[in-house]
Amino acid sequence: MAAPPTAVENRLRTTEQIQSPVIAFEDVSIAFEANSVLEDISFHLNRGETKAIFGIAGSGKSTILKLAMGLVKPDSGRIDVLGNDITQMREEDLFELRRQIGMVFQESALFDSLTVRENVAFRLMEEHQISEEEIERRVRESLRFVELERTVDMFPSELSGGMRRRVAIARAIVTRPEILLYDSPTGGLDPVTSTTIIELIVKQRDVYKTSSLLVSHRLQDAFVMASHYFDRDKGRMLPLPPGARGDVPMTFLILRQGKIIFDGDIHELAHSKDEYIREYIS
Amino acid sequence: MELTSPTDFAKDIVQSVQDYSLLAGRSLANLFRHPRYFADMMQQADLIGVGSLPIVVLTGTFTGAVLALNSAHTLERFGSLSLIGQLVSVGMVTELGPVLTGLMVAGRNSSGMASELGSMVVTEQIDAMRALGTDPTKKLITPRVISTIFMLFFLTIISDFVGLIGGGIVSSLMFGMDWHQYWSSAWQTLKFQDVFTGLLKPVLFGFIIATVGCYYGISARGGTQGVGRATTQAVVASSVLIIAVDFFATRLILSIFGYR
Ligand SMILES: Nc1ncnc2c1ncn2[C@@H]1O[C@H](COP(=O)(O)OP(=O)(O)OP(=O)(O)O)[C@@H](O)[C@H]1O
Ligand SMILES: [Mg+2]
Repeated sequence: MAAPPTAVENRLRTTEQIQSPVIAFEDVSIAFEANSVLEDISFHLNRGETKAIFGIAGSGKSTILKLAMGLVKPDSGRIDVLGNDITQMREEDLFELRRQIGMVFQESALFDSLTVRENVAFRLMEEHQISEEEIERRVRESLRFVELERTVDMFPSELSGGMRRRVAIARAIVTRPEILLYDSPTGGLDPVTSTTIIELIVKQRDVYKTSSLLVSHRLQDAFVMASHYFDRDKGRMLPLPPGARGDVPMTFLILRQGKIIFDGDIHELAHSKDEYIREYIS
Repeated sequence: MELTSPTDFAKDIVQSVQDYSLLAGRSLANLFRHPRYFADMMQQADLIGVGSLPIVVLTGTFTGAVLALNSAHTLERFGSLSLIGQLVSVGMVTELGPVLTGLMVAGRNSSGMASELGSMVVTEQIDAMRALGTDPTKKLITPRVISTIFMLFFLTIISDFVGLIGGGIVSSLMFGMDWHQYWSSAWQTLKFQDVFTGLLKPVLFGFIIATVGCYYGISARGGTQGVGRATTQAVVASSVLIIAVDFFATRLILSIFGYR
């Protein structure tokens, strides 16, 4: 953890590890009663990569994250997460795997009868071996990361929507999981708060090299992520130098009517000929 | 309201019974698997036990009193008022203590569990818990089931006891019975079979209250309204089940030990 990650470093890292996807969907289909939501979708998330998932409301973005977490089972297809076929695993065995994944729910899903501290500490307390001081230290660290240290003793109902979203992020990252799944982390937030959250995600990507799936409604946010990197020396997000744009491990995936109509990086997206995509990104 | 075909309806029922049985079975099986949540068990025990104590004491006392009142009138007619202690004690210990305590706790805690877990389902907190790597059946359901069984057992004993006192007060104050005579006949009439029945029932009822409450909570759908519906259904279902199981348990014990 010495030198700040340069764009070149990141590029090297992504190419050399491209063979080891942390999440792989193969021909996954799911329907809720008669409503078919995803049809035979396949994609890979490589180690260290952040993949932004787009699509109109109800296109199945949240469903993809829940499938990746094993919270819902697909009707057909195979989902590999960190080398395990989770479609064949029993619920009891999934809990172990899920501890290596952090998830930020669309509506935050904080435990409303626990304080912010207990929410963030939940996973650490469940491990039953970590000392109180260590838990407190890591909770503080995690909350400092999202700039909410002073809310530790408050209840989720006393926080604003944006603060809740950030607590949910703190809860997801407290154990430094290998994979992060963010469901609309900036949805319905003001530009200032969303920029803070985008910076957090970029920091996770560039400093902690976490692989992540990111559901978003705003393409703009993802463009910011693809054109910025986190400078560890200055401690903030900076634009990539011209010419190095898109040299961060950031890809895009667009869903439409149950299918993936685009999966690639920012250059491919900018040069796409598809009418729908052109309209979407304009 | 949508019309469902009879086969779909039957399938739904079979499915629910199956889901309920799975949940009920797992809630006990979890006791033998790590991790076990003692702190949550203690918290629930406090909530159920201490919280229900006042209503259990009140209903127990008045039930014992009214039992004495009613039987005294009948017994007086036959000139055998001295039997009152035996009537109150057998009635309280084998039947009214367990059933009324069960119904009280069902009304209070089955609904509480259904609404708490139901709200957690509709706000995705259950999914969040699973996503955090914690089994909700271990963390939420098992502690509730175990502490309800445990607490109902003791609440029933308390209810039996205050019921006897309530009966004694009525007999001595209103019918001029000797307190000592009442008390010794009440004690001496109790056989092993009565005590066994009286202590087995709260175990069964406690299990019913907690598993039914948790089942309706965990399977709540459709927002706040769904949670409300789950809450009412939990109370209705657990109360009806308590009374039905009471009958079958009594029948079974009688067939094992024979009639008194
Ligand atoms: N538990 C469920 N039961 C029934 N239908 C569901 C369930 N979850 C999702 N759906 C359906 O699946 C479809 C996709 O839902 P999903 O939540 O994945 O959408 P989304 O892309 O995340 O939308 P949004 O942008 O509004 O968050 C929707 O049509 C929804 O009605
Ligand atoms: Mg969604």
